[in-house]
Amino acid sequence: MLYALKIATRYLTASKAQTALLVFGVAIGVFIFIFMSALIGGLAEFIMARTAGDMAHITIQAEAVDPALLLPHEGRTVLLVQEATSQATAVLKDTPALVPLIEAIPGVIGISPQINGSGFLTRGAQVMQVSINGLEPGKESVIANLASYITEGTANLGAGGVLLGKTLVDDMDLALGQTVRLQSSSGVDELLTITGVYEMGSGGPDRRQAYVSLATARTLFKLPQGVTRVEIKLADLYAADTIAPRIKALTGLDAKSWTEQAAQLLEALRAQAQTGYILKSFALLTIIIGVASALLLSTYRRRPEIGIMRAMGAGRWFVMVVFVSQGALIGLMGGLFGAAAGYGVLLAFPGRTSFAPGQSGLPIDITQGAYGLAIILTTLGAILASILPARAAARLDPVTAIGQ
Amino acid sequence: MTPLLEVQDLVKTFGSGEAETRVLRGLNLAMSTGELAALLGPSGSGKSTLLTILGTLMHPTSGSHTMLDVDLTTASDRSLTEFRNRHIGFVFQFHNLLPDFTALENVVFPTAVREGRETATARRRGEELLVRMGLAERIHFPTANLSGGQKQRVAVARALMNRPELVLADEPTGNLDRASAQQVMDLIAEINRDEGTTFLISTHDEKIAALCRRQIVVGDGLVTG
Repeated sequence: MLYALKIATRYLTASKAQTALLVFGVAIGVFIFIFMSALIGGLAEFIMARTAGDMAHITIQAEAVDPALLLPHEGRTVLLVQEATSQATAVLKDTPALVPLIEAIPGVIGISPQINGSGFLTRGAQVMQVSINGLEPGKESVIANLASYITEGTANLGAGGVLLGKTLVDDMDLALGQTVRLQSSSGVDELLTITGVYEMGSGGPDRRQAYVSLATARTLFKLPQGVTRVEIKLADLYAADTIAPRIKALTGLDAKSWTEQAAQLLEALRAQAQTGYILKSFALLTIIIGVASALLLSTYRRRPEIGIMRAMGAGRWFVMVVFVSQGALIGLMGGLFGAAAGYGVLLAFPGRTSFAPGQSGLPIDITQGAYGLAIILTTLGAILASILPARAAARLDPVTAIGQ
Repeated sequence: MTPLLEVQDLVKTFGSGEAETRVLRGLNLAMSTGELAALLGPSGSGKSTLLTILGTLMHPTSGSHTMLDVDLTTASDRSLTEFRNRHIGFVFQFHNLLPDFTALENVVFPTAVREGRETATARRRGEELLVRMGLAERIHFPTANLSGGQKQRVAVARALMNRPELVLADEPTGNLDRASAQQVMDLIAEINRDEGTTFLISTHDEKIAALCRRQIVVGDGLVTG
């Protein structure tokens, strides 16, 4: 085995240019494999960071109370008409006691009790329908990183202040520091000062969202206690499916994982991952074909030598090991060089830190280069590719081969 | 003398049907240990085919082939490879050395391939053989840098590496000038005399044949003299 490896190494070093070209070809394939891994993996992380990154990973929503029929309806047909009510009618009352319990669960990094509802924003004759989010002061950026989106003013929600999206501000021709009237669906209105303008870059939040302090929201929706919704942020968003049931068991509240509401996103990410596997398989196939064809050529070129070795007492197995070793060495060297080149090039990209909302950068993640896998798969692929030429070499008739 | 090998009623045909060619037609031959024999005959007489069968590189179509009391007629490829490695050495007309290896590496190949590595003992034996062949200054030379005569002497050293009982030489001097040919033949004769190695040398050159103690003439697929 050791001697076969020596022969294989000598064959490779004897044709330096050919070996270098072959290793270079394999390295290119590995580089593509690694770059694709970093790109596909990075893109998935990027999408998650830009979508689920600003989402609550677990949500506890107050359940709307079923309407009660006050009239007996035996023998009659009852037409029930329920008017659309504000979300504020459904309330989570025990949140002050529950928040510490939830915060103590490992993996929970933030919790934001909120009062949400709808309303109208008025400035002079202009009226726009908005969603009102009442947040605890100091917790404005626990779920969506509001502070990172602020273009004017501050994200801090004080009493009498409101944060508005840039599109809404532009549409209503508003400016920082101006006073607007916010009327809730409960019929309460408040005069508020624009203390901050944000730009998330997506139409909905920038056009229809108004953030106020929890105290202001209590006034607007006539809720002296409780909240309508609790949003929870996790260190690992993929842990939501396991932590949500724990919260439910602990609190008795209906805690829902973000994945329940983002099935399509997950499906898209899975499809994207599969596309990545296909592309990487093609890169691997290219490596295998390249190594196989080069070694077949080498086998043909070295036919007389194979004949001599066989005449001197080298068995078929020995000849096979010589050629399979060449394949393995080419795969290993190409894998190492390709992985090193891939890592070097990926260093130039900013990486995961740029995936966070508000940051700019290409969706390429250096940590997802799959370097070890690329080297192992390439070496295995090259060994696989060398089996056919090695078998052909081992089967050579020594008499015919020597005569050539 | 001790019997070394024997072939009886050896037949070898190539092709089939109308294209069938019968190269050996029931050839009989016996050789003893320590012989220095020349194999003579015109082109196409079956000399090379006989050497190939005796070298266990090819099975006969029919007949029997024994060497050192081992029946090689129908032995497996693996058995023949092992037998060949231990008991038979080859010297080809065009030296047939491994071009990417040094003289010493070529010489130790038959031992290294059997043992799985180049041992110090094998390297010592290889160096001794090369010194004996007059190549002390060329031991670590790549074979590509050697002259034709030097290459053929390396080939002789390689054939002797595993101390085989039989060395088959196919036109070993056919590609050499007179002086180099004489040098190679002198070495063969010396080794035959000193170590008792049996040599069977296929040649067209009557002067080379005259240096051998026995002449075996093959014609039309049979031993004729």
